[in-house]
Amino acid sequence: MLRLLFSNQLQLGMAQAGIASLAAMMVVLLARKRGINLVSESLIAMARAIVQIVAVGSILVLLLRGPRWTSGFCLAGMMLAAGAISSRRAKGIPGAFRISAWAIASGAGSVIALMAWLGVIDMAITSLLPVGSMLIANAMNTNGLALNRFRADVIAHAGEIETALALGASPNSSITPYVQASFEASLIPAIDSLRSLGIVWIPGLMAGMLLSGARPVYAAIYQFVVLAMIFAASGLTSLVSTLLIRGQIFTSAEQLLLQPGG
Amino acid sequence: MLPTKQPRRSSLNFVPAFVDKVASAPSIWNIPVSTAETSDPVIVRCEHLGRVLRFEDKDKVLIADATFDVRTGEVLAIVGPSGSGKSSLLRLLNRLDEPTSGTVFVDGADYRQIPPQELRRKLGMVTQRPYLFPGTVGKNLRFGPSQRGINMTQEAVDQILLEVGLKGYAARDIAKLSGGESQRVSIARSLANSPLVLLLDEPTSALDELSKREIELLIQKIVREQKLTCVLVTHDRAQASRLAQRAILLDAGHIAGIGPVDELLHA
Repeated sequence: MLRLLFSNQLQLGMAQAGIASLAAMMVVLLARKRGINLVSESLIAMARAIVQIVAVGSILVLLLRGPRWTSGFCLAGMMLAAGAISSRRAKGIPGAFRISAWAIASGAGSVIALMAWLGVIDMAITSLLPVGSMLIANAMNTNGLALNRFRADVIAHAGEIETALALGASPNSSITPYVQASFEASLIPAIDSLRSLGIVWIPGLMAGMLLSGARPVYAAIYQFVVLAMIFAASGLTSLVSTLLIRGQIFTSAEQLLLQPGG
Repeated sequence: MLPTKQPRRSSLNFVPAFVDKVASAPSIWNIPVSTAETSDPVIVRCEHLGRVLRFEDKDKVLIADATFDVRTGEVLAIVGPSGSGKSSLLRLLNRLDEPTSGTVFVDGADYRQIPPQELRRKLGMVTQRPYLFPGTVGKNLRFGPSQRGINMTQEAVDQILLEVGLKGYAARDIAKLSGGESQRVSIARSLANSPLVLLLDEPTSALDELSKREIELLIQKIVREQKLTCVLVTHDRAQASRLAQRAILLDAGHIAGIGPVDELLHA
């Protein structure tokens, strides 16, 4: 229907973005009616997203024509930004940005480096940058989920944790169940993506490969490769993140810092 | 080692509103600070213990300059109204919170020199809510010793359960316990660590009257048979009278009086 109204591609894109944003805002307003206020956070996130992607899209042509080494800088910048964004899910935990950046760098960064070195990801900037960004974005989401779940669980179970401490348990021992739960919960989206591949969703990358002339079977296999890499990067990020965060919620005298209402 | 000279806090330089309202005891300030049972060795000594938190550029005093002794084998009650700092004081004793001033000597040693895990094993704590870990009663009892690599035998578990009146409960799931039984398991779990002192934070406040009396009898039995030292936090003066020999009266984080429980609470 929109295509009948807009012949210009830019106008069509803006109209599509407007309608998609309206759909998103309707959900936010419905949630607000149920007492869940995400209005400002969602508005800011959507505004940021459109500005960022248009800006990146505008310079992507230049980037993709640049020398190969520039992809390293771009990916490093993405990892830092991902660390900053996901660390907001760990409000009240000291050093959350440092931990998130390290976790994403060691999770997504190491998988990207290893796969590029082995030739699973093409070293060409046109391949490395988009595939790398997918791994980083998913690692960021996983890290945010892990931190959010960990923080919520620790606050909800402060009594149990302090009981364990009072019985002579070490800080690590007292929070082991919550570290495990947050790790497992953070990987649910990655596992579900693997499970549903080809049945519930067909990734955009596959469609792109088919349109650019790749053999369908190879395009299909590569989707699995990408999802397996995402799982590896996300899992490693969550593992590092939940390991590092343990040390941040206790004082040197083994007292719990995160408290309800704190 | 403990300091030889034990500083005394004057009981007359602070007028607590709580006492005026609740105790109806105008003579309370004539009670001497710390008394009588001086022959019993001191097992815990708090010296000028304090905790002050800063909120939005304002200081909130949780505990101020608390100095007192806990003597071996006694039950010392900490009594005061809600918000007077009773639980805060108990949390400072086993260092779940960090004091901002003063310190605690446990068995003669400054507790900052004792590794936290060892300190908390020595000063066992029973909280208002039992916070039992998922699984069986036996698993809960084994938790503390297992942290030091000790695997309690079934006989040892059964013996402690017998002492708290829960014979044959080792394999029972904690989800099937009543409130009173859960609190008994909580006490048994602390006893499994063989503490020097048992810190009891309102152990009966969440229980019905019958369970409350049962837990009180259990505490009396443990103290009598095991000669265990207890620090009991309670808002219930009658309970303090039934269980304790001495009491500390707290008001807004300040010690308003220390003395024999009958003299202090019923004067």
